[in-house]
Amino acid sequence: MTDAPLVLGIETSCDETGVGIVHGTELLFDAIASSVDEHARFGGVVPEVASRAHLEAMVPTIERACREAGVALTDLDGIAVTSGPGLAGPLMVGVASAKALAVALGLPIYGVNHLASHVAVDIVEHGPLPEPTMAMLVSGGHSSLLLVPDVTHDIRSLGSTIDDAAGEAFDKVARVLGLPFPGGPHIDRAASDGQITIDFPRGLSTRKDMERHRFDFSFSGLKTAVTRWVQAEQAAGRDVPVADVAASFQEAVVDILTRKAVLACTEHDVAALQVGGGVAANSRLRAMAQQRCDNAGIQLRVPRPGLCTDNGAMVASLGAQMMLKGRPASDLSLPADSSLPVTDVRTGLPVHVDHDHAH
Amino acid sequence: MRLLALDTATSAISVAVHDGERVLASRSVVDARRHTELLAPLVVETLARAATAVDELTHVAVGTGPGPFTGLRVGLVTAQTLAHARGITVHGVCSLDALAAAAAAGGHEGELLVASDARRKEVYWARYRCAAGGITPLDEPAVTRPADLPDDVRALPTVGRGPLLYSDLLAHPLDLAGEGADAALLDVDAGVLAALAARRIAAGEKMPVEPLYLRRPDAVAPASTAPMSALKPSPRQQQRDLRQGERAGRGAEASQ
Ligand SMILES: [Zn+2]
Repeated sequence: MTDAPLVLGIETSCDETGVGIVHGTELLFDAIASSVDEHARFGGVVPEVASRAHLEAMVPTIERACREAGVALTDLDGIAVTSGPGLAGPLMVGVASAKALAVALGLPIYGVNHLASHVAVDIVEHGPLPEPTMAMLVSGGHSSLLLVPDVTHDIRSLGSTIDDAAGEAFDKVARVLGLPFPGGPHIDRAASDGQITIDFPRGLSTRKDMERHRFDFSFSGLKTAVTRWVQAEQAAGRDVPVADVAASFQEAVVDILTRKAVLACTEHDVAALQVGGGVAANSRLRAMAQQRCDNAGIQLRVPRPGLCTDNGAMVASLGAQMMLKGRPASDLSLPADSSLPVTDVRTGLPVHVDHDHAH
Repeated sequence: MRLLALDTATSAISVAVHDGERVLASRSVVDARRHTELLAPLVVETLARAATAVDELTHVAVGTGPGPFTGLRVGLVTAQTLAHARGITVHGVCSLDALAAAAAAGGHEGELLVASDARRKEVYWARYRCAAGGITPLDEPAVTRPADLPDDVRALPTVGRGPLLYSDLLAHPLDLAGEGADAALLDVDAGVLAALAARRIAAGEKMPVEPLYLRRPDAVAPASTAPMSALKPSPRQQQRDLRQGERAGRGAEASQ
């Protein structure tokens, strides 16, 4: 095997059709087609709408990735694809397309775990991952703390949200405050003009919770607390200080996320924390994570925002790592495995990443 | 010509290789739930049986449905990606045409109803006229509850799984003398589809690969009870174009 395999990665677990091409640890191009606008009128991702969009976008996105990367399909050394978790219909489009490439080009195929890919993408951004690395994935679909001794085959879930994902909480609170969708960037912007004046609850942080749900998250109670606070102000006839509420809410989310992430690093003696997922774009999260990691002597790695959200480069990056580490390729009978919902990595269970096993 | 044909619109996952004259190899597996797992290995196996290397392929043909969406898409994206990767063209064939063509090839003469499983207590259906081994479509494919089909339509000899699923409403499964229960009359046989595609390619017909969903995506929620049969406009239009071409090119069809 070459020391820098050329791998094309396909990601279709939700509403983004992602095709990325990676040469070893170097990202050549990351092509994305999104159906997010088509879902707006439904108020959420509709799997059938996403599946239809994936089918339409699949070949054009492969074409664009190759063209922009200056790569012919026949140059490739391997194909990688998200085989789960995610939405079943969308996953099947990507998995079938990846298999067709593998058959047509006579290449090995690597079915990879979506969450592991979120971790592996940082290799094309910041070089090889320290082993172990602690990964915190926070998005509209995930809120997970993962201990990652080896991203190609050993990932342990330390905790995850027990209700809403962090990104969902941003969207819901934005709605309460009359801010547009998606909530993350708008809350971030509003908060920059506000003061932290309200002490909103930090979910799962009491002593008892820290025993039973040490590295789990909960954002549902926080969302409810913000809603009640806003309603009480309105009932009292006062103007809602949107910027202050946004800043106080954001502080509560970011505080609990970074506190638990740093605690996980310390307790597991891990020297590097990687943050991924759409919420990793939040400026306060980046600042507080940097400060707390600095204080604890932990290296913080956060990929650029475009690589934090779902994309094909992360899949290609993990595929390239699998080839470099000599992991076995998947069988052509690889299933699309939606069985682990994107919002729920079951605590305490390993996230299998290596190939054609059945969960 | 080395044509790879595949169809995943009915309960069979079916693959065939055709050389322009005849079917070299054809394989079907009946499993309506595991298209993603089974299709690619079946393609590899069928190519091997046809002693055809993947780089010898010159064309790909695929059933465009109508059929249950998830499985249908597995076939379509496989055909489109494989053709793209080999730099060859992909051609679409309405999957109901392949069921009708199987009846015509088996010697059926006269009108025929194709009724396949659309789930949610509905069937995908269209009428055809079979003559001298060829088919002429009489309707655009549509989706409906079997009970809502007119009596004279339901009285026609019928292929597809409709008569198996709704034996009281679709009581006339086509019985070709001596053939018994022919699998190609229940689910699409890619060998039949390949032969149909080879003739249409030779005749230069337009063969769009747009999926025939026949239902809007917002009608798909499991809780939905509203009968939805709205056609997506673009495939319908393309289907109409296809049909017109087919009627005009009857001569080629009759030679089967
Ligand atoms: Zn994700």
